[in-house]
Amino acid sequence: MALITFEGVGLSYGGANVAHDVSFSVNAGEFWGIVGENGSGKTTLMKALLGLIPCSNGRIVLGEGLKPNEIGYLPQQSLIQKDFPASVGEVVLSGTIGWRGMKPFYGRHERALARKNMEMLGILPIEKHSYQELSGGQQQRVLLARALCATKKCLVLDEPTTGLDPVVTADFYRLLHTVNGQGMTVIMVSHDVEEAVRDCSHILHLSCHPLFIGTAAAYKTSPIGRRYLQETAL
Amino acid sequence: MNTIATIFQTMPEIMTRALVVGTLVSLCASLLGVTLVLKRYSMIGDGLSHVGFGALAIATALHVGNASMAVSLPIVMAAAFILMWLTEKRRMQGDAAIAVLSTGAIAIGTLLFRLSDNQYQDICNSLFGTASMALLSDADMWITVAVSVVVVVLFILFYTRIFSVTFDQSFAKATGVHVNVYTMMLAALTAVTVVIGMKMVGAIMVSGLIIFPALSAMRVAKRFRSVMITSAALSLGCFFLGFFLSLLIEAQPGPAIIAVHVLAFLICCLIGFLRTRIRTRKARGIVVEPPCKVQ
Repeated sequence: MALITFEGVGLSYGGANVAHDVSFSVNAGEFWGIVGENGSGKTTLMKALLGLIPCSNGRIVLGEGLKPNEIGYLPQQSLIQKDFPASVGEVVLSGTIGWRGMKPFYGRHERALARKNMEMLGILPIEKHSYQELSGGQQQRVLLARALCATKKCLVLDEPTTGLDPVVTADFYRLLHTVNGQGMTVIMVSHDVEEAVRDCSHILHLSCHPLFIGTAAAYKTSPIGRRYLQETAL
Repeated sequence: MNTIATIFQTMPEIMTRALVVGTLVSLCASLLGVTLVLKRYSMIGDGLSHVGFGALAIATALHVGNASMAVSLPIVMAAAFILMWLTEKRRMQGDAAIAVLSTGAIAIGTLLFRLSDNQYQDICNSLFGTASMALLSDADMWITVAVSVVVVVLFILFYTRIFSVTFDQSFAKATGVHVNVYTMMLAALTAVTVVIGMKMVGAIMVSGLIIFPALSAMRVAKRFRSVMITSAALSLGCFFLGFFLSLLIEAQPGPAIIAVHVLAFLICCLIGFLRTRIRTRKARGIVVEPPCKVQ
């Protein structure tokens, strides 16, 4: 059984229909890019997957024992408060919150998990630094570490490289590939179709309903993919 | 002469009472303040204090005597839930809702004070704090102690979740934290703190008691836990300084405490400013020094 299956999902946001008839499935270990114009329902679809909003039609089925609150989420940068006083360690640790049940404080297990992810992403040396004083790329690493603390199987990212310079963006994708290589399923919403085609294994092109579902290689040669890639290259 | 020492000698019991209540209220206010300021809920505290004034008027009109808190607590709490609900559901613009609720409460409160044949002094006390915190009734004191212990304990128990909800609500929700429950809990705790704080510094200034320590702490501390600790320490320090200052100059404690908070805020701003100056200068220093020799 697939890790995540969308079965005829329809979504509305603020009373308006933003997506309909979305059916596709994500298998463990795949790297999906969800692309499309602004307002094509990408972010809404992702919010439904995270359980932040309900589906108005159809359903999202999780397999392989994946629970809705065990998906690691990296929200759009704009949603995070940039002037928030918190240390890197505090932010990353807060990702483990779902594993603790009703226990009030972080235990040894949570601290070890946070440490492991900080080490992997190379932010352990700045553990005690203040989040608000970091560069955009470093902040994104911190949020990725936090998302990794929340999940063992699946990461969901919303426009993770917006506002980052090319070098930092390439760096960030390298990290994502490392994580993906360790068996983590990655689903990424992106407005940059070139990046998505280059880095993802599968593409969902959304324009209120799916225009393309399949591998990134097939997308590149498909009429819709060719047209979209050309348009954005101009 | 009315020095602090002589007051302590003549009425030690009353002084102890004022100090215990002041310490607990300051602690509650400073802890909650950090979350309220960061969640951009500062004005909710302010709106609730005006509702608190109205609630005190109702208590006076009902002639409940010493148990005014027992009446005002549920009223202010209800107002807090309504405000949070309106803000979260976007039924009404949050700031507009607060303005409507607070001016309405002040109007009704003043009328009620008038109708219940009350002295001008009563209105003054509820607005600017009791002339002396020593006048706190037994019932009010015990309610304050119980309530503030509950606030502090709940805050410590849910500290990690409160952090998560404050920092990033969507992430918290995605990881299974019941965001609405914690938002409502924050509303309830704020309501409670406003009511108990009102006795000390008055309805007009109680939001200062909540907001000042958090703002000052954020100028000098950059980590969540250290902001919390600094905020609590500042709040306690300003309370003691302000309280003894009020005894020295024979003024009401409320304005004295808030005035010390203003001073502390200015000092913290200065420290924060100097620190960033030093840091940027250091950072610039690294760039300016040429590490390589020109051949």
